[in-house]
This record gives sequence, structure tokens and C-alpha cells, in this order.
Amino acid sequence: MTRTRLFRSRSSEEKEEEEEEQRQHYSKHNITSSTGMRVIVPLQGVVQGRGGLFLGSVIPCALFYFFQLYLKRHRSQPNPPPPQPPPENSEGQLAEVSVSALPRSLSRVHLSPRSPGGPAYVSGRANSIVKGGDLPHDVGLRKALEDPYHQSGNPDGVIQLGLAENKLSLDLVGEWLAKSAIYVEELSIGGIASYQPFDGLMELKVAVAGFMSQVMKKSVFFNPSQIILTAGATPAIEMLSFCLADTGNAFLVPTPYYPCFDRDVKWRTGVEIIPVPCRSADNFSLSITALDRAFKQAKKRGTKVRGIIISNPSNPVGGLLDRETLYSLLDFAREKNIHIVSNELFAGSTHGNEEFVSMAEIIDLEDLDRNRVHIVYGLSKDLSLPGFRVGIIYSFNDNVLAAAKKLTRFSSISALSQRLLVFMLSDSNFIQQFIEINRERLRRMYIKFVAGLKQLGIECIKSHGGFYCWADMRGYIPSYSEKGELELWDKLLNIAKVNVTPGSCCHCIEPGWFRFCFTTLTEKDIPVVMDRIRKITETCKSHS
Amino acid sequence: MTRPRPRTNESESETRNPTGGGATAMRLIVPLQGVVQGRGGLILGTLIPCALFYFFQLYLKRHRSPKPGSNPTSPSQSSSNLSDLQRSSSRSNLSSRGSIGPVQVSSRASSIAKPNDSPYYIGLDRVSEDPYDRLDNPNGVIQLGLSENRLCFDLIEKWLSENTKDSVMGRDGVDLSISGIAPYQPSDGLMEFKVAMAGFMSQVMGRAVSFDPSQMVLTAGATPALEILCFCLADPGNAFLVPTPYYPGFDRDMRWRTGVELIPVHCRSTDNFIISITALDQAFNQTRKRGIKVRGILISNPSNPVGNLLPRETLYNLLDFAREKNIHIVSDEIFAGSMYGSEEFVSMAEILDMEDIDKNRIHIVYGLSKDLALPGFRVGVIYSFNESVLVAAKKLTRFSSISAPTQRLLISMVSDTRFIQEYIETNKKRIREMHDLFVEGLKQLGIKCAQSCAGLYCWADMSGLISSYSEKGELELWDKLLNIAKINVTPGSACHCIEPGWFRCCFTTLSQEDVVIVIERIRKVAETCKISS
Repeated sequence: MTRTRLFRSRSSEEKEEEEEEQRQHYSKHNITSSTGMRVIVPLQGVVQGRGGLFLGSVIPCALFYFFQLYLKRHRSQPNPPPPQPPPENSEGQLAEVSVSALPRSLSRVHLSPRSPGGPAYVSGRANSIVKGGDLPHDVGLRKALEDPYHQSGNPDGVIQLGLAENKLSLDLVGEWLAKSAIYVEELSIGGIASYQPFDGLMELKVAVAGFMSQVMKKSVFFNPSQIILTAGATPAIEMLSFCLADTGNAFLVPTPYYPCFDRDVKWRTGVEIIPVPCRSADNFSLSITALDRAFKQAKKRGTKVRGIIISNPSNPVGGLLDRETLYSLLDFAREKNIHIVSNELFAGSTHGNEEFVSMAEIIDLEDLDRNRVHIVYGLSKDLSLPGFRVGIIYSFNDNVLAAAKKLTRFSSISALSQRLLVFMLSDSNFIQQFIEINRERLRRMYIKFVAGLKQLGIECIKSHGGFYCWADMRGYIPSYSEKGELELWDKLLNIAKVNVTPGSCCHCIEPGWFRFCFTTLTEKDIPVVMDRIRKITETCKSHS
Repeated sequence: MTRPRPRTNESESETRNPTGGGATAMRLIVPLQGVVQGRGGLILGTLIPCALFYFFQLYLKRHRSPKPGSNPTSPSQSSSNLSDLQRSSSRSNLSSRGSIGPVQVSSRASSIAKPNDSPYYIGLDRVSEDPYDRLDNPNGVIQLGLSENRLCFDLIEKWLSENTKDSVMGRDGVDLSISGIAPYQPSDGLMEFKVAMAGFMSQVMGRAVSFDPSQMVLTAGATPALEILCFCLADPGNAFLVPTPYYPGFDRDMRWRTGVELIPVHCRSTDNFIISITALDQAFNQTRKRGIKVRGILISNPSNPVGNLLPRETLYNLLDFAREKNIHIVSDEIFAGSMYGSEEFVSMAEILDMEDIDKNRIHIVYGLSKDLALPGFRVGVIYSFNESVLVAAKKLTRFSSISAPTQRLLISMVSDTRFIQEYIETNKKRIREMHDLFVEGLKQLGIKCAQSCAGLYCWADMSGLISSYSEKGELELWDKLLNIAKINVTPGSACHCIEPGWFRCCFTTLSQEDVVIVIERIRKVAETCKISS
């Protein structure tokens, strides 16, 4: 009885204290483990209400005993055997070891009785990467790589529509490089051979900042000191994921999203992605309501959400986020106190009339709360130089910049390539010309390709940016499911020999959508592609 | 009533942290079970769990309190979604909650973002702020802390000026060559480059071994090569044994993002800092006792910072040890070609060529930063005999691949065997001259160096100059050298050396005239130290 009384009085005291504390905690706003609460809350209600005394002591006791039993059961099996044999063996052998001074042969003796001839194990995380297997996305890319289509050399090869790579304006870059001999002579050995800052040469940061604002039509100014250069946008995303979230935390990502986010964001960082489905009915545009729902669900599951990752222009849909959406995203992030990673890799590869608005522009206008916004950019898409491996983190957060700067030791760009790019990007005539011509060629290609699909009866979501279109092939899948979608994908790859990216790889919630990248083609290839697709769509129609 | 309470407090404090593993939870239960089943079991067995449970509730209640505060507002949030004025409504939500507190970065990032605390990095930063230059800044800090080789820049410069254009752009016209550098390339390196690298490595190692290009993964520097290997071989919380003194960068490369620990295994000056298997075994057992799984040994051969080589017999012993414990060996052979002694360098790959078993626990790290003096080009190599490691590493190179134009240039440079042969020989000769000059200079000051035959540095024993035989004394001397004499050297403590008073001095960034100045600067400090002591 004394026991219970003690607790009663304690808990009432606690209540008063608690109420006071609650007021204090309002301001502190710290989040604590939410899983434990749900278990406890119902019991607390019981304990403090009628019959609380009895139930409150019986239930925990029972639970505790069952817990003990459970542990006892599970412990008894594995533990006893190991301790017994090893001591005898190893002691006996160790004695031998120390007596004779022949370490080599001895350790061999050790080997046989213990049978550690087994393979040396790799880490669990490496194993999961090895066994992780291939997505249809990877399978298709490999097939296209092994047996690439060539108009004259290999007319039956696989046509690559699965890789977002722009070859429309490579001739311009090639011409520039051919003329670049004069620059090569200017290279000093000290400037390329010796150690350079891991986070990139300041000259290149300045040049890249200029290029970015040129690409975004001078609507924003980028500060070179907020730039970190990495060996491609892929490590830029990984680094941000590492810096913004701890193991077990999560990012909200609107679907459909770029298939490799799963690797870049999750693989080595231990961070999770929570897909936030967007639907064709909304043109796959992002809704704050859906974000909010996903956020709450994650929180209920006890997962801490640390940020949102958006792609703008979106990959694979090709849409742009308008100013209003960006504002509401920012408000949402502010309200939940989370980060925004805005992947603007395709900012310069827009082909519609709609205006691209960078997150940086929004931040420029709103003067508060910049340190939750991080922009990812790179030269792989807009300058069509993926082989050069140049990625950019542009952040307003000093801690992120400091940490990322140190992490670039794992992913820095060759100084030779950096110097070459400094020359290229500083040639503003060339850059201006390149951007204009490239945009024009992109637009033409987009119009032709989408028109070709339309003739086959395949509609695309209207897009304004990127190297791809997002095609609706729901009419051609044998069953309205992921399985049906993959069957069609398989037919396209193996019969028609075109490699496209199925929506399921992008975590699209609706089956039957495909991403077609058209910038690796020439205009002459389009009829070939359309013919090949037609063959499949005709058989599919006749089935259904 | 007072009796049970201390017990509960004890066990309660235990219950809070474990949850993770069954192993820890058992220990908590076992003593209780003894009590429960023995005499007095009934009372204690009810009291203790009850008390625990109540305290647990209390604890949760305390820490939960902010939540009910945030709950009431959430309905208003969703109702605000009904109206189309999301922006203003969320703002009003904000002010009532006052949650504009700064957004936080991850805890692992904030620990990385902290200012450098290792003297190794502090020294490097100092030099970059105020670098010595004979004409422009004669009072600047002289860099002896970065192992970089500038002795043969003239040879490389000559080759580059003759070949750069053709190697990057090719000789076959613009269209063909642009498609070799601009588009996506395999992230683990071009096959042509791997073949060239395999040839280069065996040339550097005196043709004693041949390397198979298909066992090679190329990364943007040896730093990510080490990180990727560490990631592939160990899980968070596992450990590697590392003989000390070791390269200060290992702490970052192996630990930062992987969550793996490094267990220093101390080597002593009496053994000329050569690792002993007994010490390894001891460290292995101690680590295991602490409940940490050891996944491998990380050695550098030629060693950095000492500059000695591992004898063939030691390599065999290491292999046996690794086999016995079923762990991996990562052999960092990045200085394999930077030899100046007469001793023969034996690569782990050579040992494996002869022993036909158990190759899949051996992984070699190499790069072009030291032996070809091109750290700016960021080329690292993982050479592994383990299929799974190769597959995983290949996939992970998406985060760290080498720029294609650089690879094209290096393919022609590294396959130019005549140039490479000339380079290797000249380089060795120049390092030897520099080493002899520098070590002789130190000797005249009464500073002896450890016996060494490779690397771009010497390992100097300045224990006679330190004010107290401790890490503190060592760092005081380091501070004097940096701030008074204005030379940046790496103190042994940054390399986890167990004996104070050792310093690593890299001499390959100097010219011969600089050596005189460096020795003069050290002399000044050495003299004041001797007077005071």
C-alpha cells in the first residue's frame, strides 16, 4: 500500500510540474521518441482512472514476466555451445604457439581444427549493394551499352532512350575544345599537378556562378563563396543527404522521381526516402496536402523527416514548379522546420515558354530563413559534359558548407579538367551561343518527338524542361499494374529494341507511364524509333 | 521501501540505453531472475518491474510534454488548407508556435563541420594562409607537412607541353574524340586507363608483379579508395587495426562517413616502428573483449610517416594472422615507387602471386598522387581479389569518379613507357639526393631520423628538444616550429605515435636552397630549447 500511495502522490506532483513544464516546452520545441508514447498512453489512462491501481500493477508485472520468459527462451539456444569448445581448443593451441617460435606454420595448424577456411566476409551494407540487384532501369542501360544502335554499323541494336544525356550540341563543345590548344599552353604545372583545394578552384567557382546565372537568364546572382564543387551531381546529393539527415531519418520526395535518388540519397548514408505520390489528374504536380500527409504519417511511424527533395525542372515529368508552389514549399519547410534540397540540374535545358524560377531567386526576395535551402546543380546536363564530372552544391547554410567542404576530399574534380572548364566558361561568347543554340535544338527535338508519339496515339504530359518526355502508355499495358507495365517495357526493350524507363522505376504510383529521353538521337533516328514502337503498340492493341 | 529503490535506479539507468541489442538486455535480466526465483522472489519480482514501469512512464511523460502543445494546432493547419491562403495561414501558425528556430544539420555533419583540432590540419591551414616564397614572402611558413613531390615537375611539364593537346582531343578528329570525353563514361574508370594503370603499377614495382586490369576500380584519389574499401569491408561499429604511427588522414578517410573505428596498434622506436604480430594479437583480443568486431588490418607499405618497408616475412605473418582471425588486409602502397634506399619493396600482390590461397581478403590501395606526383589529377586505385568488393566498389564509384579528359590524358602519359622509365629513375635519384641532404642537415643539429628507404619524408627524433617527455611537450615544440621558426611539420601525436618527440618532415616540396633555410630555422628553435633545458 505504501508503495502505491507513494506513486499516487508522486504522479499528482508530477502533473503540476508537468503543466508548468509544458509551457516552457512550447518554446523549446524539441521532438522526442514518439514510438514509445503510443504504447504508454493507453495504459496511463487506465492507471490514473478507476481500477487503475490494480491494473497498473498487474499489467506491467505480467509484461515484465513475459519479457523475461521470452528472453530466457531465446537465449538458451545459441549461447551455451560456443563458450564450451573454444576455450579448450584455443588454450591448448595457444600454449603450443608460445612455446615454439614458428608463427607461420603454427597459424596454419590453427586453421584446420577451427575451419575458418571460409571466405572473408564483406560488410553487410556492401553485401546489400552487391545483391541489391538491378532495376529495370539498370538492365535497360546495360543492354543498350552492350548492343548499341548505330545507323550503319549496328542497325538492329538497342536504341538508348533511357539515359538523360544531351548529344544535340556536342559538336559545339567539340569545336571549342579543338580550338582550345592555345589555352592548354597557358596551363602551369603547379596549377594542375599539385594539391588543389578539394572543394574546387575559386576560379572555377566564379565561372560556374556566372554560368548558372546566365543559364537562369540573369534572374539570380550566385555567390561563389557559397559554392562547393564535387565530382558530379551524384556525390553532391549524397553529401547533402549526409549533412542534413542522420541514419534512420528521412526525406520526402514527390514521385515520380529520378530512379537513382534511391542510391544517391540512401545507399551509404542510411537515410530513407518517403515517396509522396503525385497523380496524372494533377499533371503530376506537387501538392502541399500530400506532403503534409506524408510528413504526419512518417512522424507517426517514429521516423524523423529532415527535408524535402524536389527536382525543378522535374525529372522524369519535365514540369516546372511555379513561383506560388515554391513559396508554399518554403512555408511548409519553415513550419515543419525541415530542409529543402532543390535539384535544378536541368535549369538551362528548358524548351517551353514557361519561365523557370530557381529556389535561389525566391530566397533572394524573401530575406529570412535561407539556411534551410540547398541547391544542387551540375554541368552534366546544361553544358552536356557528364564525362567531366562536375557537380555543385549551392547552400545558404554555413554548417552545411563547412561540412561539405571537408567531405569533398572524397569526391573532388581533377584540376586539369577544372582549368579547362575555367577557360570554357569564361568564354562568354561561346557560352551565350551554346545556350541559345542548344535550347533551340532541344525545342525542335521535343516537338518532333512528341508529335511522333502522338501519331501513334501516345500522349505526353506537357513539359517545359529536360531531355525527356513522360508518355502515357496506359492504353497498351496488358494489365493495369506494375506487372503489366514491366511486360510492356520488356517488349519494348527486347522486341522493339528501344530502352525506355518505366514509371515504376521512378516510383510512379500509376502504372503505364514511361520516360523517353530523346536528346541522344538525331532527327533521322526519330522515324526509326516510332516505327519500332508502333510494332509493339499494334500488337498490344490487337490483344486488348 | 528504501531497499528496492537503489536497485531500481541502477537498473533503470541501464534500461534506457540498451534497447539495441539482445545481448545487453540479457545482462539486465539475469541478475533479476536469480532474485525472482530465489527467496523473497515474489515481493521483489513484483516491486521491481512495477517501479521500473512507473519510472519509465514518468520519464516519457516529462519528455513528451511539447507534443500535446503542437497537437491542437494541427487541425487548424489542415483547415487552413481548405482556404487557398496557405502562405499567410502557415505564417500565422508560425508566430503562435515560435518555431522559427534555426534548422539543424545532421549530428554527423556538425561534428565534421567543427574547426580542425588536429595539429596536422591546423598546420596545413596556416601554410595556405601564409606560404613561404623566396622572393615574395620570405617570412612565410615553409611547408614540410604535406607529402607532395615537386622534384620532377620539369619532366612532367615537358611531357605535358608536348602531348596534352593530342592526348585530350585525340588525333582522330573532333567528333570521335569529343564522344570519348563529354558523354557518360563507366564510373569505375575507362578500361584503357585500367590497362595502362596495371602496366604502370608493375613497372613501378620493378616488374615483380603483374596486375590484372579487371581487378581494378579507379576512384577520384586514393582517399575515396580507402573510404570505399572501408565501407565495403566493415559495418558501422566494426573496427580496423592500424599500426601506429599512421597517416593522420586515415582518421577521416576510414571513420568519418563509414562509422568504422580505428584501433591503434602501437609500434615502438626500438623495433624501428615495425609492426609485431604479438601486438596485433593483443589489440585484436582486447577489442573483441570490448564487444567490437575487428574486420581488418590497415597497413601502409612503404609506411607513412616512418618511411620503412615491411619485410617479406612480416607480410607472410600478417597474412597468416588475417587468415587465422578471418579478417581482411588493406595494404596502402601509394608510395611503392617513391623509393630511395637499396632495400627491395615487396607488394602484398607479389606475396599473393606465390601463395595460391585465400586471396579474397587482400585489397591494395594505390594512386598517382605520390609516385607520379599528380595529386591534382585525383587518381586512386582499388586493387582487390574479392569479387564482392569489386562489384560493390564499382557501384560506389558513382560518387567518386575521375573526369574523362584527365583519364584520356593519363592514358597516353602512363602508357608512354619510355617517359615513365626515365621519370621513375630520375625521381628516385632526386628523392635520394634530397633525403641525404635533409637528413644530413638535421644530423648536424643533433637530430636523428629513423632508418627509412621510401616516401617523401623523414621521421625525425626531436625528443631531445621537447621540454617535457609528453604529448604536451611535443605540441609545444610543434607550436614553436610553426610560429617562431615558421616551418610546418607533422607532430607524432597527430599520427597517434605512442612515443612523444617524433616529427614527420616532408622534404620533396623544397628545392636544395630551401633546405639550408629550413635547417637554419630549426637550429634557432633547437638552440633555445637546449638552453632552456
